[in-house]
Amino acid sequence: MARRVLQISPATWAGGIALALVLALSFGSLAAVALRAEGDTGLGPADWAAIRFTLVQALLSAAISVALAVPVGRALARRRFAGRQVLITLLGAPFILPVIVAVLGLIAVFGRGGILSQALGLMGFEPISIYGFHGVVLAHVFFNLPLATRLILQGWLDIPSERFRLAASLGFGTRDVARVLERPMLRQVLPGAFLVIFLLCLTSFAVALTLGGGPRATTVELAIYQSFRFDFDLGRAALLALVQFALGAAAALVALRVALPTGIGAGLDRPMTRWDAASGWLRVQDAALIALATLFLVVPLAMIAINGAAALPSLPASVGWAALRSLAVALGSAALTLLLALSIAALVVRRGSKLAEAIGTLTIAASPLVIGTGLFVILFPLIRPERVALEVTVLVNAAMSLPFALRALVPALTAVEADFGRLADELGLTGTSRLRRLWLPRLRRPLGFSAGLAAALSMGDLGVIAVFASPDGGTLPLQIYRLMAAYRMGDAAGAALLLLALSLALFWVFDRGGRLDADA
Amino acid sequence: MKTLTIAAGFAAIATVAVAQTPVLTIYTYDSFVSEWGPGPVIETAFEAECGCDLRFVSVGDGAEILSRLRLEGPRTEADIAIGLDGNLTAAARETGIFAPTGADLPALDLPIGWEDDTFVPYDWGYFAFVYDKTRLATPPASFDELAASDLKILIQDPRSSTPGLGLLLWVKAVYGDEAEAAWTALNRRVVTATKGWSEAYGMFLEGEADMVLSYTTSPAYHIIAEDDDSKAAAIFDEGHYMQIEVAAKLATTDQPELADRFLAFLLSGEIQAAIATTNWMYPAVMPEGGLPEGFGAALDPAKALVYLGEEARTKRDEALAEWLAASSR
Repeated sequence: MARRVLQISPATWAGGIALALVLALSFGSLAAVALRAEGDTGLGPADWAAIRFTLVQALLSAAISVALAVPVGRALARRRFAGRQVLITLLGAPFILPVIVAVLGLIAVFGRGGILSQALGLMGFEPISIYGFHGVVLAHVFFNLPLATRLILQGWLDIPSERFRLAASLGFGTRDVARVLERPMLRQVLPGAFLVIFLLCLTSFAVALTLGGGPRATTVELAIYQSFRFDFDLGRAALLALVQFALGAAAALVALRVALPTGIGAGLDRPMTRWDAASGWLRVQDAALIALATLFLVVPLAMIAINGAAALPSLPASVGWAALRSLAVALGSAALTLLLALSIAALVVRRGSKLAEAIGTLTIAASPLVIGTGLFVILFPLIRPERVALEVTVLVNAAMSLPFALRALVPALTAVEADFGRLADELGLTGTSRLRRLWLPRLRRPLGFSAGLAAALSMGDLGVIAVFASPDGGTLPLQIYRLMAAYRMGDAAGAALLLLALSLALFWVFDRGGRLDADA
Repeated sequence: MKTLTIAAGFAAIATVAVAQTPVLTIYTYDSFVSEWGPGPVIETAFEAECGCDLRFVSVGDGAEILSRLRLEGPRTEADIAIGLDGNLTAAARETGIFAPTGADLPALDLPIGWEDDTFVPYDWGYFAFVYDKTRLATPPASFDELAASDLKILIQDPRSSTPGLGLLLWVKAVYGDEAEAAWTALNRRVVTATKGWSEAYGMFLEGEADMVLSYTTSPAYHIIAEDDDSKAAAIFDEGHYMQIEVAAKLATTDQPELADRFLAFLLSGEIQAAIATTNWMYPAVMPEGGLPEGFGAALDPAKALVYLGEEARTKRDEALAEWLAASSR
């Protein structure tokens, strides 16, 4: 045992440093804001209403996203069809789009003048209204259903194909497979997926405001923004950010407690065949599910493409430069995400520390506005903030992507260590050679997925860059907003299409890189 | 940390290198300095005559400029702030951040009187609902008509958007103590209140509503830059609330003379003409030769509504509470 502790100390160190960085970013920035507060403030009835609304919409959005993702993920896991890979890549798209772009895409389909309302009009029905509580939830499901599907699909793909072979030879039907293999897997994967989406919806701001139909849809993040911009009440901003953290932490505690490891064990990475799902009825059911999910996700994206295509060839040069800056930020942030996530995952798995995982997950509950302002307060006395705009953006984006990377990496690394850990110990495989020979090869798929997600997420992010950027140093999302503010909606649509294409390409390259050998 | 040290080093070198030429640092909102805004024109023109380096720092929107300056305190490098609006001057004055200007300024062409030694208006506009003439033949001519119609409008949230706050004060100026009841009626016409102007305007162009809260000058953009005369602003009998955008010199500036010179320059004919067709607002000082045709006829100055100074601040909080009460039901 003593030998084992000695062996893992470098991993522990790296994990400890990564955690300290994450804590400093989320709570350090919050403290920096709180320390600048003048006078004391409490929370008013409007704040409590915002907290209630935030909680309810986040719970509902997460529950619906996850509930829908289970059948879609199962259908994708047990079917092979032309275009499946493209579809799985496209699943990443809504999630990584800047909010305004995605919302305009949704409105083009579900809005009052959208194609659905037009179709209903042709048939003599009233147009539908997307605005209200249901609109907020619809948008959040649009953003997060794909992510939930990807996380859950990963769970299915991690069940070794030998188990399904054994199930088939034992004459298992669909129900038996569900009971013995799928439900234990879901018990492990679902709480984490639910948590991540709950936390994402917790900090939602522009979506809720745009589609919520009015001030009833006030979220905590909007209340924070109001404290900064409208009232300049830093104490209230910090307090609200703390409340947001507390909600996230409570959710994290519950989710990580509910999750149970599967104990399904290792396999030989043989291609998967699903004898249990061969019946005609199941084929029809899966095909219908996949088709519906695809329509729901792809039609709004197609509308973005159609709206932007005309302006794409004639975009101003500044859009190109902004795109290059965004690419650099995305690559930097993907690399940093992997470094942080692998360090923390090692700590989580080898020390069995759920607390470490919870801390690593909490960054999404952090208010981007508070992080940005906190970093500003800290950096301002040292350096002109716009000089480090891109570096700060890389750092914050990496921290924001960390929870997703951990979701993918922790279960995978747990499995690797459970299946091969003892063998590796016997062989004396420690330190960097364990990393190179065991972890990296076995973790290619979640690593590729994490890097792709981190890069794409960073590409579309409009968080701290808005606080730090200089006039000629913005990223692509910021440039889109600048175009819109200058009435150039056509050019903005073109730039949005460019952003969509670049983000998807980045995600595809990394994700594909992680799956080169398997699952073709 | 290493990057930080290196960057700090570069900053020090850069400061030494340009020590001979004075630097005038201007904080302004993002769209002012984007390549389509007035910023680049102003920078080129002023640098050609001042022997100085003009440095723009972009900060979100007008209200965020004030928050940012309060956050930075006396250490700020800003010499001038451009883009606060009339509703913010009372709060801005109270912070003691700004100093009266010593510049010799030309007479202003505002529909109202402006007495202020610190905040210098450089452009202004009327809030209005913009509609598409091809889709809406007869727009409402008052808030009452709008409330009684079956039209759908897009507005901005006053807590996150300057035009959104403008609408709140507009309704307050028209209805006074009846504002909350007026909002109860108007809310039936509101599709949604977006975070900022861009979202609402983009959604309007997508056909999500019959009208959008914007400015009387918005159609001028479509006419002049896009050769499209389908957009128009609905003129209301009750009058229109004004947005007055101001610039001011900071009390902590190390370039007070240069800052005063810049404020006067901002009101010069050439720059005022450029502001009209890049910021799409009315110039504070009408340039010789007037405005391009697309701006249309001027509104009757008697229709201008505005709260100034301290009154704007008290009305702001009152109006927000009323709007929230009416809209949360």
